[in-house]
Amino acid sequence: MAVSALTFDGVEKRFPAGGGRIVEALGGLSLAIGTGVITALLGPDGAGKTTLMRLAAGLLRPDAGKVAVFGHDTMLEPGAVAETIGYMPQRFGLYEELTVRQNLDLYADLQGLAPAVRRARFDDLLALTALGPFWSRRASALSGGMKQKLGLACALLRTPRLLLLDEPTVGVDPISRRELWAIIDRLAREGTTVLMSTAYLDEAERCHDLIVLDEGRLLGRGDPVSFRTPLAGRTFLVRDTKGEPRRLQQELAHRPGVVDAQLHGGEIRVLLADGASPGSQQGEAWDAVQPRVEDAFVALLLSRRTHWRQDTVRSGSASTGVRLSPGVLITARNLRRSFGSFEAVKGISFDVSRSEVFGLLGANGAGKTTAFRMLCGLLPPTSGELSVAGANMSHAGRAARQRIGYVSQRFALYGDLSVAQNLRFFAGAYGLRGAQLAARLRWAEEEFGLGPYRASNAGTLSVGHKQRLALACALLHEPQILFLDEPTSGVDPLVRREFWARINTLAHEGVTIMVTTHFMEEAEYCDRLVLMSQGEVLAAGTPSEVRALARVSGGPEPTMEDAFIALVAGHEQSTRRAS
Amino acid sequence: MNRMRLSGLIRKEFLQIVRDPSAIAIAVVLPFVLLLLFGYGISLDARRVPLALVAPNSPQAQQLLGGFYRSQYFMPRRYATMSAARNALARRRVDGIVWLRSDFGRRILGRGDAGIGVFVNGVDANNATLISAYIRGVWSNWLAQEARDRGAAIAVPVEVEPRIWFNAALRSRNYLVPGLIAIIMTLIGALLTAQVVSREWERGTMEALMATPVSMGDILVSKLVPYFVLGMAGLALSVAMAEWLFSVPLRGSMLLLFTASGLYMLVALGMGLLISTVAKNQFVSATIAVVATFLPAFILSGFIFDLDSMPFPIRLMTHLVAARYFVAILQTVFGAGDVWPVVLANAAGLCIMAVFFLGLSWRLSRKRLD
Repeated sequence: MAVSALTFDGVEKRFPAGGGRIVEALGGLSLAIGTGVITALLGPDGAGKTTLMRLAAGLLRPDAGKVAVFGHDTMLEPGAVAETIGYMPQRFGLYEELTVRQNLDLYADLQGLAPAVRRARFDDLLALTALGPFWSRRASALSGGMKQKLGLACALLRTPRLLLLDEPTVGVDPISRRELWAIIDRLAREGTTVLMSTAYLDEAERCHDLIVLDEGRLLGRGDPVSFRTPLAGRTFLVRDTKGEPRRLQQELAHRPGVVDAQLHGGEIRVLLADGASPGSQQGEAWDAVQPRVEDAFVALLLSRRTHWRQDTVRSGSASTGVRLSPGVLITARNLRRSFGSFEAVKGISFDVSRSEVFGLLGANGAGKTTAFRMLCGLLPPTSGELSVAGANMSHAGRAARQRIGYVSQRFALYGDLSVAQNLRFFAGAYGLRGAQLAARLRWAEEEFGLGPYRASNAGTLSVGHKQRLALACALLHEPQILFLDEPTSGVDPLVRREFWARINTLAHEGVTIMVTTHFMEEAEYCDRLVLMSQGEVLAAGTPSEVRALARVSGGPEPTMEDAFIALVAGHEQSTRRAS
Repeated sequence: MNRMRLSGLIRKEFLQIVRDPSAIAIAVVLPFVLLLLFGYGISLDARRVPLALVAPNSPQAQQLLGGFYRSQYFMPRRYATMSAARNALARRRVDGIVWLRSDFGRRILGRGDAGIGVFVNGVDANNATLISAYIRGVWSNWLAQEARDRGAAIAVPVEVEPRIWFNAALRSRNYLVPGLIAIIMTLIGALLTAQVVSREWERGTMEALMATPVSMGDILVSKLVPYFVLGMAGLALSVAMAEWLFSVPLRGSMLLLFTASGLYMLVALGMGLLISTVAKNQFVSATIAVVATFLPAFILSGFIFDLDSMPFPIRLMTHLVAARYFVAILQTVFGAGDVWPVVLANAAGLCIMAVFFLGLSWRLSRKRLD
């Protein structure tokens, strides 16, 4: 039998988690990965994906069992392993002060690449990654996508037999992701074995072999077909003939027999429980479709989390107390912001109506964070008009801030305070007291299912619960508008589902939601959205209107990602021509 | 150890030093500022002390006061009454009072038992001791002069004639500036090195390094070499400034000075590397480095505060402070010359510490994340 590229044999790994507790990251894991294939490592947050990667790279010592790379034990023959693998950690491992060339030179030295072949290899990699024009630019001045490619190039210098990529596509826009995949495909064709962990389940479709981990144990293994086949006949696309897909999605998600209901290109993708039959109701058109890996992944994880459905969102059960009145809540007119000579936002205009879910989409560096900060009153605009909840942001930012809630990417919770203490602190910061304080704290615990965790420190919560707590904190003072900055970045599909269900409920109750995201499929949850690139708005409208912009006659219905890539590529081309 | 890997890593380290403003700040700007501060600004000598004089107008009294006016240590100011002078002392307009009674002239001519009253502000104890000694000096000079003039009509107490060796002018700069070299090398060796290693952990570059075929030895040596060079450059800067800017005499040999400093640099680097194996984030490692290396080098090394006047338990503790041995060598080589018994004893202490710290960081660093 041929030697496997990577074998885990009864591997256990535990970490101390503070307070004398021990967390089991991997429990008795055994698996083997064949040579020359692309294997995806899937699993929710905390499943042990990074631990597995680091064990494979020989960076961690297994507590029990052994790990071998092409037959070399990682602990007994670390030298041989290091010469066989290329490893790109989550943060790429680049030196920011060094230029592209100097980073490549350093890693070429470290990997013992002979000077004679170096030049040719560099040319090769620069052609592969299109980094040639940035040869003498410092790594700190590269965009996220370019850093990614440089990190990959550094791991590829000696053409590794096994390439380990830890979440290589997190926080990278769709265009950069496509380029990265082109590189990975080419490597695999040339015989490199690739193991990559990913949170994007559409990427799993392109891999030869899938490993699903959950809580440090192997939950599923096989090629994409073997994951999809058991779900045959259980997946449907449902069209709402009344034209309210979001409402229907929410209804379907709570219908008995439905395991999962997701918005997808203006329709709803439904996964039925085993044996359930499609109960088409009035105003719905059901079409059977092919199952995807994501369906299988969700079904697998849900079968292990029986409690998940009960403690997720109840729709419309409690009032957020917002007074409902129709009208426009946010107006931006020709909004600009410059940093020195660099114009980050170049005159954008849009309106957001009450109880809308409004999305701000864009690639890295498109100016969406700058735009977002102006909307929250954290950054004054250089010029233009901006009014938020009736307050003019150029001089009444404070007044507006009382009416908005803000959840930052990293949640901004106090990790050493308990859930109850965090809630109380934020309530105090917003000036709540007396009976109102007590009522809002009770509301937060009930609405977000935080009661059982009230005494736990926020830092010890799972990502999903942290997100709930952050949302609860931002909603305590009953804001009219909720701002969410990349709320689902690096979050697994289950938490993302729960999150969007909750956002739906909030919007239903009259809260206006403003959200940024680079998950294109999530744009479908927005009522309306703007798509930004290089500081300008490229497209605005409902998701189906934006998608329609990329429709080619005779071609298939474009997804939001297709639309994004087509629009951004077209725009970049036209600006290049103009300049 | 592999030459290509090592030279690649060392080149990277130098590029980072040159391009990282915080490294430049710690390695160049801070030493420069410290040298200027200690060379020009801070002096432990009392000079031009404002002094209140309360005295009658008799010729003898005027003669004595003249001594105070001529002295470079005092800036005398006349006050008419004692209460006015006391008031000035309380407001810190003067640091001391010399009081001559209205019958001073008469008593000195008569029975010869005239005394003077001296009051010194004791808030700054060190200064107070110096001031009272200077006043006593002026007083006894005048007494001796008077005795000679009048043929020993005044009984002069036993004469003490102190001679000060090695730093005859008693300039504090002459021992502060050499001692500062120990501080600067501690900054570069321990603080900066601990910082840059923990930064590699923080930014995740250490993880990427470890997945390549480098050995832990390569990584450690690649940190030792550049910061050793940087520390010796700091030494050269200090010596140059000491010689040409502050004219601090160097009585010993340059070779001995650089050898001993190189030895101390190894100790400092050992401490820095050891800290970074324990603390993997920049904030923690900087805090540990300041508390465990920089402050002791400042306070417990004999750089500013005299070791022999410390209480016994603290004096014992100073034997654990590497800078103590180095400061002793520095002050000897600069002030007195190559006094081998002092140099060798202290160098032995440094050797033991270098082996201990470097050995321990070698043992503790493994090419793994756990």
